[in-house]
Amino acid sequence: MITVENLTKRYGGFTAVDDISFQVRPGSVVGFLGPNGAGKSTAMRMMTGLTPATSGRATILGQTYRELHNPGRQVGVMLDASAQHPGRTGREILRVAAVSVGVSKERVEEVLALVGLTGEEAGRRVRNYSLGMRQRLGIAAALLGEPQVLILDEPANGLDPQGIHWMRGLLRRFADGGGTVLLSSHLLHEVQIVADDLVMIGRGRIVAMGSKDELLSRGGTTVRSTDDDRLAGLLDKAGVPVSRTGAGLTVDAEAEVVGRIAAEDRVVLLELRSGGSEGLEEMFLDLTAATSREGDAA
Amino acid sequence: MSTHSSTDTTTAPVVGGDPSTDQHRPATALEGRPGVPFSRTLQAELRKIVDTRAGLWMVVVMVGLAAVVLAAAVIWGSADDSSFNGLLQLATLPLATVLPILGIMAATAEWSQRTGLVTFALEPRRGRVVLAKAVASMLFAVLVLVVAVAASAFVNVVAGTGEWDLTAAVAGGLFLAMMLYVLQGVAFGLVFLNTPISIVAVLVLPSIWGIATQLIGRLETIGEWVNLDRVMVPLFAGEMGGQEWAQLATGVAAWVLLPLAIGTYRVLNREVK
Repeated sequence: MITVENLTKRYGGFTAVDDISFQVRPGSVVGFLGPNGAGKSTAMRMMTGLTPATSGRATILGQTYRELHNPGRQVGVMLDASAQHPGRTGREILRVAAVSVGVSKERVEEVLALVGLTGEEAGRRVRNYSLGMRQRLGIAAALLGEPQVLILDEPANGLDPQGIHWMRGLLRRFADGGGTVLLSSHLLHEVQIVADDLVMIGRGRIVAMGSKDELLSRGGTTVRSTDDDRLAGLLDKAGVPVSRTGAGLTVDAEAEVVGRIAAEDRVVLLELRSGGSEGLEEMFLDLTAATSREGDAA
Repeated sequence: MSTHSSTDTTTAPVVGGDPSTDQHRPATALEGRPGVPFSRTLQAELRKIVDTRAGLWMVVVMVGLAAVVLAAAVIWGSADDSSFNGLLQLATLPLATVLPILGIMAATAEWSQRTGLVTFALEPRRGRVVLAKAVASMLFAVLVLVVAVAASAFVNVVAGTGEWDLTAAVAGGLFLAMMLYVLQGVAFGLVFLNTPISIVAVLVLPSIWGIATQLIGRLETIGEWVNLDRVMVPLFAGEMGGQEWAQLATGVAAWVLLPLAIGTYRVLNREVK
């Protein structure tokens, strides 16, 4: 359980995190999605007591982070996989953390196996790790104390597609066991694979939140036909809002409505479906365009 | 569900999770005092001093320097100085310069390599981490001092005068001086939170101040009170009187305690990024 209430961080006149509130329940993997500089990392640092909040508060399992007894046993935290001493081996980094958390050396080998780092890789200095290996090491460190809650900043960054699917399996099992996961990402397709629920943030504010399916269905209907121009005209005539995308049309109506109009006028459809990743992608771009860095220039 | 009132009364919108299916594990915090026991923090900090090449070499260099100085004393030094006391004084001479660097490296590591993101997430009470770093550095200084004593004793027997002339006052003074130097390193490290800047500062600032107090007449009396190297001289010699202790106290206050206080304040309040 992670509870964030009216959390705000201001640096001088700049508001990095602006009055965000949400609660992540046990059993869920929630993606914290937003463009770079949206305030994801700052919010996560405030949740873990590393950055003092200007106002509002965050609690984990009902306590503020600083009140937690042996936090490593309750919350697995990875805020930057690259923030490790390059001269230490992966195994040594985990052993030092194990001393602090109070778990055995055997547990270190267990989590190494869990994240798929071999004995040889664990014995290498982190300087020679790929970003993907550092992410796995960071996840291992987060899991070390068998916590109930995971807070992970950009954990899928640097992983190959296979690695992203592996992470999904790992986090899903963790949540199925009653765990709570909050992970951030600035890549929609990545977070779509890993998370089930989304909190979207842009310029420090929450712009949307809900289950992935719910957010997906808001994307309208995607349709492609042998004659998109004619279909667009027919839809327009029927008073159905329609817009062109690179690969067909996006229609703000149920798939059935679109299908009937096409059937009446014998337009051959090649594709017809609700939402789809393009829909969510578009929404993500829409939601963040107004608040992202690129938005400033537009 | 949590029995904590703070979560039950929250107005934050819920995302994810199914409230109808109860969790396999109760989502409540572990009972117990905040943070982790100090003994474990200390153990982790001790390990961090020597588990990197830089840290390990630091200890090797200190032992090596003491050995080189002792060897030089035997080869080129006058036989009269080669008593136990004389040898130990020589062996600890380079340590006074190098020990602060050990303290600096312990204090700055979390920030220069950004490992603080992990360290301070595991123990949010940063003051305890600072204390553990100071204690760990001093323990290593003790270890190095023990080696220096053993080496001096060995050389004294093998090639020295064989005279055991170390007084309790000198031994105590040496010990205290070494502890103060390593603490000075920790303090400077905490102030700058950057290894190279801290090392330069700890080597250069006292020298500049020392030269300034000698060149500028009006500063001379102040120099007697707040020049760390100068107030430590009687400590090494085991000639501490009332005024010497007072001068040591002011010197330590200015060069160790003040930066320690400023640095600790910085670490406690700084954002860990």
